[in-house]
Amino acid sequence: MFKDKDRYLSIILISPSILAVLIFVYGFIGWSVRVSLSNWKGLSPDYSWAGFKNYLELFSDPRFHVDVRNTLIFTGVFVIGSILLGFFMAVMLDQGLKGEGFFRSLFLFPMAISYIVTGVIWRWLMNPAEGSRMSGFNLLFTSLNLDFLVNKWHTTPTWGMAAIALAAIWQMSGYTMALYLAGLRSIPHELREAAQIDGANEIQIYRHIILPMLAPVTLSALIILGHMSLKVFDLIIAVAGKQLPLDVPAIYMWQTTFDGLFYGRGAAISILLLISVAVLIIPYIRYTLKTEAQQ
Amino acid sequence: MRKINLAKNWLYVPMIALTIFYLLPMYVMLATGFKSFAEVDLKTMWNLPQGIAFDNYIEAFTKLAPFLLNSFKMVIPATLISSMLGSLNGFILAKWKFRGADIIFPFILFGMFIPYQSIIIPLVQFMNAAGIKGLASLAMAHIIYGIPITTLTFRNYYASLPQELLEAAKIDGADMLGVYWHILLPISIPSFVVVLIWQFTSAWNDFLFAVILTGNTDWPITVALNNMAGSQIIAWNVQMAGSLLAALPTLFVYIFLGRYFLRGLLAGSLKG
Repeated sequence: MFKDKDRYLSIILISPSILAVLIFVYGFIGWSVRVSLSNWKGLSPDYSWAGFKNYLELFSDPRFHVDVRNTLIFTGVFVIGSILLGFFMAVMLDQGLKGEGFFRSLFLFPMAISYIVTGVIWRWLMNPAEGSRMSGFNLLFTSLNLDFLVNKWHTTPTWGMAAIALAAIWQMSGYTMALYLAGLRSIPHELREAAQIDGANEIQIYRHIILPMLAPVTLSALIILGHMSLKVFDLIIAVAGKQLPLDVPAIYMWQTTFDGLFYGRGAAISILLLISVAVLIIPYIRYTLKTEAQQ
Repeated sequence: MRKINLAKNWLYVPMIALTIFYLLPMYVMLATGFKSFAEVDLKTMWNLPQGIAFDNYIEAFTKLAPFLLNSFKMVIPATLISSMLGSLNGFILAKWKFRGADIIFPFILFGMFIPYQSIIIPLVQFMNAAGIKGLASLAMAHIIYGIPITTLTFRNYYASLPQELLEAAKIDGADMLGVYWHILLPISIPSFVVVLIWQFTSAWNDFLFAVILTGNTDWPITVALNNMAGSQIIAWNVQMAGSLLAALPTLFVYIFLGRYFLRGLLAGSLKG
């Protein structure tokens, strides 16, 4: 189309970025894989071959088992909670209520602040202290005579991660709301009207028309939120610091690598994280680009 | 008609409950921040302040000011440079279909979803070997790992523009850079706003790169705030005031440019 000069120019202009991604994403992933297969433990690099030793040790490491359990609990509560709440909020906002703009901004604003800020606030809201030192949500519940709701939040054994997920839902459900709202707005009005004329009630319209049409949105939300929860890190650090009961792979990786200098194991954790994210994201990218090409 | 309105009014009940859920954390942060030192007590955490005092903010600001400045020093170049790169890349990928452009694009996209743990060990080694330290290394990390999302947003925008726009310019004899500079750049302002906001927010809010790449003199605000919250010496009320200071820049952006913020969010799910 354009002259040859332009073609060369465009290749020259885009190559620094492509090279950067090639080196800093793919080259570095390869480098991490190499570290994960080494005995590197200590300040100076040691690339002596260890095979899959670091991975095998992780699979029998009780701490890593806790991490996997915690990630599953967090993912379950966070993803399901954000999707249900986000969908509910989107449907409510689609009813043409007064103050729609206000509600929409309100549900979205936590997305603008960092997990660290959210975590610092929520650590005081979820203060598990009892008796005369009670504060936060527990204090609020007691003063409202809702004592049965008083609990130990993130310090609850085994299920503490669910409390962290609650803070994450507060932060991220606005995002699913935005996705669903965009989906709802793209459903043609005629479709709903036609169903109404055919005698369908509101619930039937949602059940048989709107929900099926929103299935791609739900898929996006599941994948985006799911991959976020695999990576969860800063929120937990800000609420609880580095505590074993609330450990996740990202924290284990950070501690064992940069505090413990066990680079081989740290790299192995990071590669396992990458694989779990890739399993979700690669089919998603392919699917999205394919639908885009069809349009 | 009346029946429908009545039903509609009931819808406000869950909306008000949700409003309370979303505002409670902000209420505690603000109410605590404006209490005087004498008033602060965990037992009265839900009470309104008796007057407006700035003790907590002054204390938090004296402690956090250098780190807020660090954040600005790192975020501004990171945001500007990665947005420029994204615009150029997006333009080339959308309008000049060189061989392999469609193969390269998904590989770039994958870069925005990777857990950064999987590149952080080599990144630290690289920065040490190259002698790039502190804020400069942090800004560089945000620029490089920002390329996928900025490229995606601009590519989607440029791809949506009619091809005739470019054809007309070409007939007028403009070369590639001429088309970009005179035609596309002026109409990309909204996309620039979206990308600038997105990059500003994610670099400002980042913790993982910051905690690993910077030391105690060049911490950005997120790391400084987290350490403040983790220390036993600094009272929780000062932490609350500090949280507001750390959140203010991105909240301002959200309040004034919320529409663009939303578009960036949707782009982040590949739905731009």
